[in-house]
Amino acid sequence: MEKTLLLGDEAIALGAINAGLSGVYAYPGTPSTEITEFIQNNPVAKERNIHSRWCTNEKTAMEAALGMSYAGKRALVCMKHVGMNVCADAFVNSAVTGINGGLVVLAADDPSMHSSQNEQDSRFYGKFALIPIFEPSNQQEAYDVMKIAFELSENLGEPVLLRVVTRLAHSRAAVQTDATREMNSFNPSESRGWVLLPGIAKKQYANLLEKQTQMEEAARNSVFNKMEGSGNNLGIVACGIGYNYVKEAVANYNIQETKILKISQYPLPENQVLELAKTCKEILVVEDGQPVVELDVKRIVGDKAQVTGRLTGKLPRQGELNPDNVAKALGAEVKVYFENAKNLAGRPPQLCQGCGHRDVYAALKEVAAEYKNSRIFGDIGCYTLGALPPFQALASCVDMGASITMAKGAADAGLFPSIAVIGDSTFTHSGMTGLLDAINDHSNITVIISDNLTTAMTGGQDSAGTNKFEAICLGLGVEPEHVKVVVPMPKNIESIKQTIKEEIEYNGVSVIIPRRECMQTIKRHKKK
Amino acid sequence: MYADNQETQKEIVKIMKKDLILCGVGGQGILSIATIIGEAATKAGLYLKQAEVHGMSQRGGDVQSNLRLSTSEIYSDLIPKGKCDVIISMEPMESLRYLPYLNKDGWIVTSNKPVVNIPNYPDETALNQELESLPHVAKLDIDTIAKEVGMPKTANMVLLGLAAPYIEILSIEQLREAIKTVFARKGEDIVNINLKAFDAGVANEQK
Repeated sequence: MEKTLLLGDEAIALGAINAGLSGVYAYPGTPSTEITEFIQNNPVAKERNIHSRWCTNEKTAMEAALGMSYAGKRALVCMKHVGMNVCADAFVNSAVTGINGGLVVLAADDPSMHSSQNEQDSRFYGKFALIPIFEPSNQQEAYDVMKIAFELSENLGEPVLLRVVTRLAHSRAAVQTDATREMNSFNPSESRGWVLLPGIAKKQYANLLEKQTQMEEAARNSVFNKMEGSGNNLGIVACGIGYNYVKEAVANYNIQETKILKISQYPLPENQVLELAKTCKEILVVEDGQPVVELDVKRIVGDKAQVTGRLTGKLPRQGELNPDNVAKALGAEVKVYFENAKNLAGRPPQLCQGCGHRDVYAALKEVAAEYKNSRIFGDIGCYTLGALPPFQALASCVDMGASITMAKGAADAGLFPSIAVIGDSTFTHSGMTGLLDAINDHSNITVIISDNLTTAMTGGQDSAGTNKFEAICLGLGVEPEHVKVVVPMPKNIESIKQTIKEEIEYNGVSVIIPRRECMQTIKRHKKK
Repeated sequence: MYADNQETQKEIVKIMKKDLILCGVGGQGILSIATIIGEAATKAGLYLKQAEVHGMSQRGGDVQSNLRLSTSEIYSDLIPKGKCDVIISMEPMESLRYLPYLNKDGWIVTSNKPVVNIPNYPDETALNQELESLPHVAKLDIDTIAKEVGMPKTANMVLLGLAAPYIEILSIEQLREAIKTVFARKGEDIVNINLKAFDAGVANEQK
């Protein structure tokens, strides 16, 4: 088979298809989006009718994938790291129920927060749920890991977690592909283990604990974990793409006398860590994200060796690994020939010219300025850029859906006017339930669902609620005269201001829906 | 074909590698340049790693792509500081953002036309002076040349042409072939106008 140039994300997608995938379930989120998009456009996936339609959020995705697994088929769930928080209930419990068809959960972490609000490390979730974790170091491994991950999942009867980071997800390299496996046949589970009543859950959990030995054995014998070098000066535990930076530094700076334990499958094999500690006085843990392995290595080696890494300051506590901070941790002196330029300014991203969100903020800011204590609670999407100049309109951006519920809580505390701005896709992801709370409580809030008919921030994926927003709001119980649709365009600013003002003055829940298609998707539709 | 080629090549010539940073402002066509170099490198049997920026930054913010080409295996997806051979930039201020990555003899190949979409864009005279104070800089008004060629959107191909002689690990002809392949599905006219823009960039360098 030939080599193909693939993003890490695309390698995962193709690996999954070739491993006999029957369905991918996902909500878009950088840096995971391209996996599902690849499957949506892949000819084999189309021919096999592999499920790939976007889900409303990560929890619905996780649960649907678990259902497909129940029916005997192989399923993949994809999300960015914070999506793990959304699906955590289903995710953690799927380890207790166990699975039928292979189930791989992919979490794409974003250390350095290139497009995220935190740098949480999904490996903690894998450990929390007591399941195996894979962390490929390059694009080829990202492809190769899929078949092995699905097999391990089926052998253990447990879901497995696949963790990548932005730099692997969004970097391209040539990947050697192989034959496509058949899909599993339809074979619904007969097990009672899916019914997590306490009596059954206790047995299931005991069963999960018993499988830990098997998981450790699988990691010990994994083709993705290996010991390299025979030096006895510095031992290095190199996890995921951390391995690449170590190899780069060793080559560039001719670093000698090291022994490297490459880790791309967990649980961390304790015997190999102890082997490092036998000969090396210092063990440096190089891992992208939080010090998950560093803590483990410390526990395993005790006082047999000195353990260094992010916790000891050898590597920075915050931010992603890069070839330079890893080289420094290995004792190299990184040479820089040109200092930072003097004539340089930051260039933050901004709302596109002509974007409807701009008109929403132009109107909203003027009206809000008429009130002394007005606050606008923001949410996650392109419109979060309304927090930056020229608008600087937003008081918060926390998690998907938090605009509505924070506005509600602040209104409960006496804030007026309390305004929420949320996008169409974010509203269906996690805003609807909060709106119901506000309606049931008769909260005095004004909710703006800025509807651009797409999930824009991640590149224009379908939005689950398109054409349904008025019906959803009415169904949840917003008074019909307080559900208003406007068209956000410069010529309508005055009338939009009037609408916003009226709805702020209404003592109760009102919803204004400014609706105009995203500039980016308009361009794309015109091209077609 | 890759691995086998590598082995034989390694015996004949010593390891050759080029680390490129492509940069500019979101929407300027940085990734198209990367795609063409990537295609040429793939065809040439080189090892390649190309780290891209997706997501939020693509909305008018600064964007960059690390492109690493080599006759032997590449480990890091990111270029270490002091190791970049050529910074290829669609915008003059953006070309300066990655200075600490440039190696001692590295080149900056850049458009000389500022994109001012921020209120605190630096003074243009000072910016130009700083650029000119660097040892190896090639600047060009790529937008005007692209307009002369007949299609303003081909400015990125003019820049690629200007940068082509510095990429070295790939020949100008290999890059031309890659332009043909990448634009083939858009029709012959589009292929030709992109080639014309590329050639205009090459010609300007050789002047």
